[in-house]
Amino acid sequence: MFPLKELKRSLLVSVWFAFLTFPIMVIKVDPIERTVLWRWDNMAFVAIGSFILSILIKVWFVRKERRSGRKKASKVLTEPFTQRILREPRFLYPLSLGVLIFALLFPSLFSTYQTNIMITALMYVVLGLGLNIVVGVAGLLDLGYVAFYAVGAYTYALLNMHFGLGFWIVLPIGGLFAALFGIMLGFPVLRLRGDYLAIVTLGFGEIIRLVLENWSSFSQGPSGISNIPRPSFFGMEMSFDAQINYIYYLVVGMVVFTIFVVNRLQNSRLGRAWLALREDETACQAMGIDKTKTKLIAFSLGAFWAGLVGVIFATKTTFVSPASFTFLESAIILSIVVLGGMGSIVGVIFGAMILILMPEYLRALSEYRMLAFGGILVAMMIFKPQGIISNVRRSYRINKQSTTNE
Amino acid sequence: MSEAILTVTGLTKNFGGIKAIDNVDLDIHPGEIVALIGPNGAGKTTFFNCLTGIYTPTSGEIQLCNPETGKQTRLNGMKPNKITTIGMARTFQNIRLFPTMSVLENVMIGRHCRTKASILGAIFRNPATMREEEEILEDSYEILKKVNLHRQVDEEARNLSYGAQRRLEIGRALATEPFLLLLDEPAAGMNPQETEGLVELIRKICKEGHSILLIEHDMKLVMSLSDRIFVMDYGKKIAQGTPQEVRSNPAVIKAYLGEDVDA
Repeated sequence: MFPLKELKRSLLVSVWFAFLTFPIMVIKVDPIERTVLWRWDNMAFVAIGSFILSILIKVWFVRKERRSGRKKASKVLTEPFTQRILREPRFLYPLSLGVLIFALLFPSLFSTYQTNIMITALMYVVLGLGLNIVVGVAGLLDLGYVAFYAVGAYTYALLNMHFGLGFWIVLPIGGLFAALFGIMLGFPVLRLRGDYLAIVTLGFGEIIRLVLENWSSFSQGPSGISNIPRPSFFGMEMSFDAQINYIYYLVVGMVVFTIFVVNRLQNSRLGRAWLALREDETACQAMGIDKTKTKLIAFSLGAFWAGLVGVIFATKTTFVSPASFTFLESAIILSIVVLGGMGSIVGVIFGAMILILMPEYLRALSEYRMLAFGGILVAMMIFKPQGIISNVRRSYRINKQSTTNE
Repeated sequence: MSEAILTVTGLTKNFGGIKAIDNVDLDIHPGEIVALIGPNGAGKTTFFNCLTGIYTPTSGEIQLCNPETGKQTRLNGMKPNKITTIGMARTFQNIRLFPTMSVLENVMIGRHCRTKASILGAIFRNPATMREEEEILEDSYEILKKVNLHRQVDEEARNLSYGAQRRLEIGRALATEPFLLLLDEPAAGMNPQETEGLVELIRKICKEGHSILLIEHDMKLVMSLSDRIFVMDYGKKIAQGTPQEVRSNPAVIKAYLGEDVDA
């Protein structure tokens, strides 16, 4: 089953890897003792590890090819397991109910530390779902999404500092403000698509960050704004743990709200127009869809969620500074959408959980954790390029005819 | 004859120094099937693009008149989506469906400009929105039956056969309720049976009250289908008239077969 040629190739791969990692894995200079440590055992690990991995990948590909070959031969289209679950309401509803109950019990089951991590993950779920409208559904590649996140966070920080406005008042204001910025970004980029759009949005994200960094009289510059109050609960004083739990439930509520709204938007007349826009702009216009309006709505609705999460971010960390809104954040949110599956709500939720929780739980690997994280990302994109859970195609029920679908 | 629904006078389109369309006049009356023919590169598709707002004409007038209300609209410089909303829809020479959307969804997109559910309607799903969605579904299904694709509603558009994709494009255009339908080479790449089906479909559409302007290279189809024919060559209109008149027009024969050939 396994030809000699493949073995040779794997051997070559392992030698190559051993050679590449030689400087970092083998040589260790001890500056105090002024000696060089030669850790040859590390090289053995790398070589054996890469050899086994390369064989595994080969086997995997061979099996995959065989499977797809069989599929073509029998002409039977088997739906992936996850898609079947998502399509069937009788699986989907109990499942989501279970997840919701687990989410509600989470703070009482786990420590405050775990809850805190979960808050971050859930915030990224909302961010991912927001960006999903722009990138996944409407097909507009936005690399400056973090700008709207920053707008939301600074809206709360500044309004609170100057006018003493509370969390609940600023939450909608922050969202609307970000949506306004979304429209502002939308206007100049209406004619652009693909790579050009990506570059302009990237620039927009940087502009917002640089303004916040340099306009000290407005935003207090790189030192940021501190002492942002946590949300109040009918004026009650709360302990630190209780506050974390409170924010946690707030974010859970927000996630549910986002899923609800985004799902309905996607399955509406507007959602269809977004999809059509992604597929073919010219044909979309020829069908009487106002390209300008549809794009601007996508930008502003996407930005709206980022603004809301921005306000929550400010209240959670009680401190905002431009350093929190770098391009890396945009890249992570975009990875969540792409990795999870473009246009798929469940996919984005999974993507956010994996991308945010994995680095936390990989801490056991100490300094190798980012390496492992990167490796897993690369592997996932190779083996499942369409995302963890690709979008479930909606099927419509036409009630008058029996000859049709379903 | 009743008033023309489309009147084009002196339409000119320059690309730099090249005159893609040079002073072309054309008119279509209600219930007509009019063909626009000419050798490759004669400017037919450019003409379509000017009519539908994808290009802005350099000079000339395009007037569209709704046969029911009698309302005149000047189309020059109007956006494509606006023109579709007024009542002129088109198909594309190189099929431009929404490839990963289902057959049904493609037609539902066509209904977009005749419906009006808002964002809030989408979120709250108020009765009006739900009723509208239901109507979109039913109308789309009716249209799919018309173009004989109602057994493939859930298929992705890209998986359809070539002929079926052409029919779906026509169906999608019909969904916008046009009184004038522009077909850009609807029979290109079809086999004889498919072409026959298409001829019947176009006749049916015309009987239902849509006027049709079509670009086509299949002369058998053009001659059997059209009431009048306009012939273009090098951006100019060289002839117009009934199929018989055009067939015997020396300028047309010259354009298609070259000079010194005894046709």
